[in-house]
Amino acid sequence: MLEIGLSHYLVLAAIMFTLGVFGIFLNRKNVIIIMMSIELILLAVNINLVAFSAHLGDMVGQVFALFVLTVAAGEAAIGLAILVVYFRNRGTIAVEDIRIMKG
Amino acid sequence: MIIQGLAFYMFAAITVAAGVMVISARNPVHSVLFLILAFFNSAGLFVLMGAEFLAMILVVVYVGAVAVLFMFVVMMLDISLAEMRAGFLQYLPLGAMIGFVLVMELGIIGGSWVIADNVDKNFVAPIVAMKTTNTEALGNMLYTHYVYYFQAAGMILLVAMIGAIVLTHRKRPDARKQNIGDQVSRHPSDTLEIKKVSSGSGV
Repeated sequence: MLEIGLSHYLVLAAIMFTLGVFGIFLNRKNVIIIMMSIELILLAVNINLVAFSAHLGDMVGQVFALFVLTVAAGEAAIGLAILVVYFRNRGTIAVEDIRIMKG
Repeated sequence: MIIQGLAFYMFAAITVAAGVMVISARNPVHSVLFLILAFFNSAGLFVLMGAEFLAMILVVVYVGAVAVLFMFVVMMLDISLAEMRAGFLQYLPLGAMIGFVLVMELGIIGGSWVIADNVDKNFVAPIVAMKTTNTEALGNMLYTHYVYYFQAAGMILLVAMIGAIVLTHRKRPDARKQNIGDQVSRHPSDTLEIKKVSSGSGV
């Protein structure tokens, strides 16, 4: 039980991934929470990569986790910028209103 | 070994609890704070797995930059909390169903899956062969085998930075800015006029 192996980390990453997907479904009115859910999903991916890297003893997993971190940071910056522009134009951040793409 | 197990369960439990609070907190500011908590505990998990550099990067980049960016945007946008929570329960059954299916699928894959025997023949950089620290090993990999990926990551960040600036920058008509070109190219004849005033009669 207290012997921590690969499967423990995989279960944790699976739970975090599911929480992220669940958060996207749950918060349909708030794009900011949806973006935080995406961050949770990427965190779960990183936990997976690092867990396999540590378990198998190959360094490449950690290198790719670093790249995932980079892309996540860029994605957050662009997403929040789009969100700010959208809020400036429309005065709301509800996802359901974004389907009206005019203007 | 027992300390390691207990530490794993503590970090994992706090991470999952913080993840739950991120998606269910009433106030987006609280969501951001719980996201920071989740990142901190994931950094602890990374340290447990021996990825110290990534743990530090997670704290510096995520907590220091991305979470603060989220915090800025949450504070900047003036959103009503009540309106945002409307329809929260409406999507709960569908979301719970899809989440359940996803967990089951991941469990089935995880349960029925084994690592191949000769997988260590394909390793690019076995950790046991390196007698260096985690940071040094990562640097040795990143600047040699993965240097093009590293450059591509830098380009992605540059494009993201320029894109974010271009998207959010706006020209304000009421702002008075200094235009050095205009100032330098100003000629005295454009602005100065010399009048001959006859003495004794005033201007």
